Amino acid sequence: MKYFKPDSFDDAIEIATKAEGTTRFLAGGTDVLVQLRADIVTPDTLIDLKGIDGVSDITQNNDGSWTLGVAVTGAEMSEHPTLEKDWPGVVEAMDLIGSTQVQGRATLVGNLCNGSPAADSVPAMVAAGVTLTVKGPNGSREVAVEDVPTGPGKTSLSADEVVTAVHIPASGAGRGDAYERFIPRTEMDIAVVGCGISLRVVDNVIVEARVAMGAVAPTIRLVPDAATALEGSTLDDAALDAVAEAARAACSPIDDKRGTIEFRIDVAGVLAKRVAKTAYERARAAQ
Amino acid sequence: MAFDQQKDQQFKYIGTRPKRQDGIDKVTGQAKYGADTYQAGMLHGSIVRSPHAHARILKIDTSEAEALDGVKAIVTRADFATGLTGENWNILENIMADKRALYDGHALAAIAATSPLIARDAAKLVKVEYEPLPHVTDIVDAISGGAPIIRESSIEANVPEGYHKNICRRFECGKGDVEVGFGEADLIVERDFFTEATHQGYIEPHACLAHMTPDGKGELWCTTQGHYNVQRICAALLGIETSQLKVTASEIGGGFGAKTTVFIDPVACALSRKANRPVKMVMNRSEVLRATGPASSSWSTVKVGMKKDGTITAAQGTYRLQGGAFPSAPSESPAQVTFAPYDIEHAEMVGLSVLTNRPKQAAYRAPGAPMGVFASEQVLDEMAHELGIDPIDLRLKNAAKEGTKGVHGPTYKRIGLIETLEAAKAHPHYSIPLKENQGRGVACGFWFNFGGSTSVSMALSEDGSVALSIGTPDIGGSRASMALMAAEVLGIPYEDIRVTIADTASLGYNDNTHGSRVTYAVGLATIEACKSATQELCKRAAGEWGIDPEAVEWEDGYARPSGPNAGSFEPLSLKQLAAKMTQTGGPINGHFEASPQTAGPGFATHLVDVEVDPETGKSTVIRYTVVMDAGKAIHPDYVEGQMQGGAVQGIGWALNEEYVYGEDGRLQNTVFLDYRVPVASDLPMIDCVIIEVPNPGHPFGVRGVGETSIVPPLAAVANAVSAASGVRQTRLPMSPPRVLKSMKEGKVVG
Amino acid sequence: MSKQVVSTKVNGDPVDFICDPRESLLDVLRDRLGLTGSKEGCGTGDCGACSITLDGRLVCSCLVLGVEAEGKEIGTIEGVADGADLHILQEKIIDHAGLQCGVCTPGIIVAAKNLLEKNDNPTETEIRYWLAGNLCRCTGYDKIIRAVQDAAAELRKAA
Repeated sequence: MKYFKPDSFDDAIEIATKAEGTTRFLAGGTDVLVQLRADIVTPDTLIDLKGIDGVSDITQNNDGSWTLGVAVTGAEMSEHPTLEKDWPGVVEAMDLIGSTQVQGRATLVGNLCNGSPAADSVPAMVAAGVTLTVKGPNGSREVAVEDVPTGPGKTSLSADEVVTAVHIPASGAGRGDAYERFIPRTEMDIAVVGCGISLRVVDNVIVEARVAMGAVAPTIRLVPDAATALEGSTLDDAALDAVAEAARAACSPIDDKRGTIEFRIDVAGVLAKRVAKTAYERARAAQ
Repeated sequence: MAFDQQKDQQFKYIGTRPKRQDGIDKVTGQAKYGADTYQAGMLHGSIVRSPHAHARILKIDTSEAEALDGVKAIVTRADFATGLTGENWNILENIMADKRALYDGHALAAIAATSPLIARDAAKLVKVEYEPLPHVTDIVDAISGGAPIIRESSIEANVPEGYHKNICRRFECGKGDVEVGFGEADLIVERDFFTEATHQGYIEPHACLAHMTPDGKGELWCTTQGHYNVQRICAALLGIETSQLKVTASEIGGGFGAKTTVFIDPVACALSRKANRPVKMVMNRSEVLRATGPASSSWSTVKVGMKKDGTITAAQGTYRLQGGAFPSAPSESPAQVTFAPYDIEHAEMVGLSVLTNRPKQAAYRAPGAPMGVFASEQVLDEMAHELGIDPIDLRLKNAAKEGTKGVHGPTYKRIGLIETLEAAKAHPHYSIPLKENQGRGVACGFWFNFGGSTSVSMALSEDGSVALSIGTPDIGGSRASMALMAAEVLGIPYEDIRVTIADTASLGYNDNTHGSRVTYAVGLATIEACKSATQELCKRAAGEWGIDPEAVEWEDGYARPSGPNAGSFEPLSLKQLAAKMTQTGGPINGHFEASPQTAGPGFATHLVDVEVDPETGKSTVIRYTVVMDAGKAIHPDYVEGQMQGGAVQGIGWALNEEYVYGEDGRLQNTVFLDYRVPVASDLPMIDCVIIEVPNPGHPFGVRGVGETSIVPPLAAVANAVSAASGVRQTRLPMSPPRVLKSMKEGKVVG
Repeated sequence: MSKQVVSTKVNGDPVDFICDPRESLLDVLRDRLGLTGSKEGCGTGDCGACSITLDGRLVCSCLVLGVEAEGKEIGTIEGVADGADLHILQEKIIDHAGLQCGVCTPGIIVAAKNLLEKNDNPTETEIRYWLAGNLCRCTGYDKIIRAVQDAAAELRKAA
């Protein structure tokens, strides 16, 4: 394994373009190192992105949107004085990943590019409408988070492409987002089901919503029917039942060591209701 | 000593809570555990393991691995002794497969190389040809029709004809005539219960450093609960004389029973012998989970008859324990233990050991008991509810006491079960009102406790300080307990005594640190060793005073003239006598060797409150109280530590821990991420009540506390979850999917 | 495979080492620098026995490559005591019997110290969640939590 620590994304791309065999980009390393240790993936080329200027920056832009460097850790997001006020759901989702120690390393982009259908930060990012700048030998493109995962362990990025920045939209008035997952313990588990919801209210009425489910399908799923169930409502019981039903309908999970099909579908509805309530309360408070 | 006298013994040091002597080493990172030593020229070992649950090994080609730069030795089964029998053969078969791989992770070959990375790379170059065979990993499947027969040769003579050939051992015990007893019953309940295999989950993986020399001698440093046992097994497997191998126990990072056997130690020795260099081996976590010794999975059938007033008229139990591909499951234990807390006239208990394609089970804290008690204490709980009797009252009504003949045979001397039940009932926990979705569980537990072979020696220095050598690794603060007992006998400060875990060449044979035996048996030996020194000290004082040694007694650190005719002399302190010892007859040492047989049984009552989320089936332990009879708590902090640790391991076993095997027979959860032991945020504080009903067989009244603590919690938590969920929980773990499904269907299924 | 030279500071002292890029920082600390206080309990970031600080940030050293430590300040259990003077957490862990086998103890102390540096008055729940990534199999955590609470109280008194 060759290790590189370039000081620009262009150099990183050049190394990746020339590399043979398996290439991995390294930010937090909390998945890359585990796979290395377990002989699941031993990259031939490992490109550490942490030497590039700005990768650890959290910046609020003039329009109220946010740009996060690719090596910003969960701990840095949680400690930021204002990010959580705008996007509590994104921050809490990231914060749920692993231990305090893992929080000191893990990143949004790593969580996404690892390609796990159970990644905690991804439903929250999808719900929030987060986009990425992806750079390759032929220049840059903007990609919505929901377009990145294509299956367990797989993404739509090509081997010589690298994510260079994460963009979270401006939250604006009446915005509330939330993420919750189900795990058997209180910490340290992979989500059995995850749900992220972002919504906006005007006069206590939900005018716009995005609902994303995790760990219930081969990829994180955006659930437009669940959003439709919320929109136009004041989150009355009928809307809650409808969002639960839509969330369950979007599930095509598997039986595995972490949960059964039946359980995941059932709990998807339970979580969708609980998360909708939290997001709605936050949105009302932000009017 | 009469019971009352013993109960009223006044102690100066026993029962206090001084700082442990290895504390500084352990909080500063200086303490040396199994993987923490290095030697010049040392090689690193790695192991090639079977990816199949069951396969014939056709060929192992090591040529490519051997050709790798830095590879110094490769061993296979051919490098170990032949002609072994009994448990030695089983252990060898487990640590290095011969013609068949018997489980996922079974070792086939091992490599020593100049770096850990080269050793790992080389392991990948070993080419093994397999012929996969049919496998079975589930206990019910294993003794059903079409299961492959794992090892017919291990079936013991007393297994009746007609049993499935994967049942390799049968044990029975009991008393009276259960048919008569059931005939007297107003209520009979019979149920099946199932528990999954769990791992001890010690944080320190197995590790060792072996150095064999061409003269047939060797030294081994390893993490173990018993280095004499390691010495004996390794010597046998290597075909050398026991005393030629000197084994030193490192500090041990947890064991809970599983470090009473060996896995990599003989392999490191064989590699070292072949390479003629020191070889270090360290398992990774995945190897620990796949290829060491988890506890058995189980299938228990329990039937109890009871009168309306709660009197148990009969109890019957069949306990089937799965122990992997080896005849080692401790199935006699649940047969003896489950109804041991009760005075029952008619009982019939059977234990069966079952073979599967899983790793050889190893001891896990009261081996076999928690799973059996999971069944028996739930049946009692169900009957108490059915009859409208308070569950503690029901147990008090049937509780064993001094003079009761246990269902497993022995008649109890003084025991403390009733005291634990009464204390539990009086504890504030028992009367805290429960809220919606919450349930309270009660369960009792018993463990035999054990003596075992023990050697202890102590040496007095001229300045009056004392070196105490014991041969049982300190797994949870036993140095402190031994120093307290020595201080009590010698009458010198705790701080003046240094306790060392001696190696196999420096002290005579000791059984493992297991069976809750150390504080009792090694404590007893420490007391006797110190007494032999105080006798000598009295003799020296007598010489000084010119009186008969019989007329001198040792009291609170001084030799004093004793009796009316001894004369009047100024007492001589240990320090004064030690200073002169070389002039008054030479060094003063004490020693004691024995296999004490007077261990006192331990009983406990656990209380737990659980809240179950009705929408997800998730159980949260909100309150937990352990009440246990310690006999005498030598260092109460470490007694409480055993009580709390056992309870929490039990909580993990009850709620989330399990071995998950796939259809392919391979273990699916080989990391801590998915083998879910309790984390700090899962738990409340664990309240402890230490009861002290002295063991008449120990000078200070000590019983063991390490194992009883894990016997009740599976059942206690299940009783609580059953109460909270409204469904009797008959399967472990009570994972959220299983509990939620049971709540929807009104019963527990598969 | 080519090895790399890495320059760091360990517990305040300048330390250079050579390592294979595949080696974790934990491998380096233990096998190359002889700092065996950090333990490998899992190698996957699930047990916390290898907890260290990297530029003051609490991490699992098994989830950091040795080569990533270039230019970093590393804090290990060996640097927690001030010479012969134990840190208050170390004293309290001993006083409260917050250890049995002791193998998780270095990681617990490094992690708890990092917490108390950020928050000298954590609630029981905050302590339990902060330490959720530090597995202890012996104690059931009770006495560890009490030791951390007591150490925090002492620190507040001293402040």
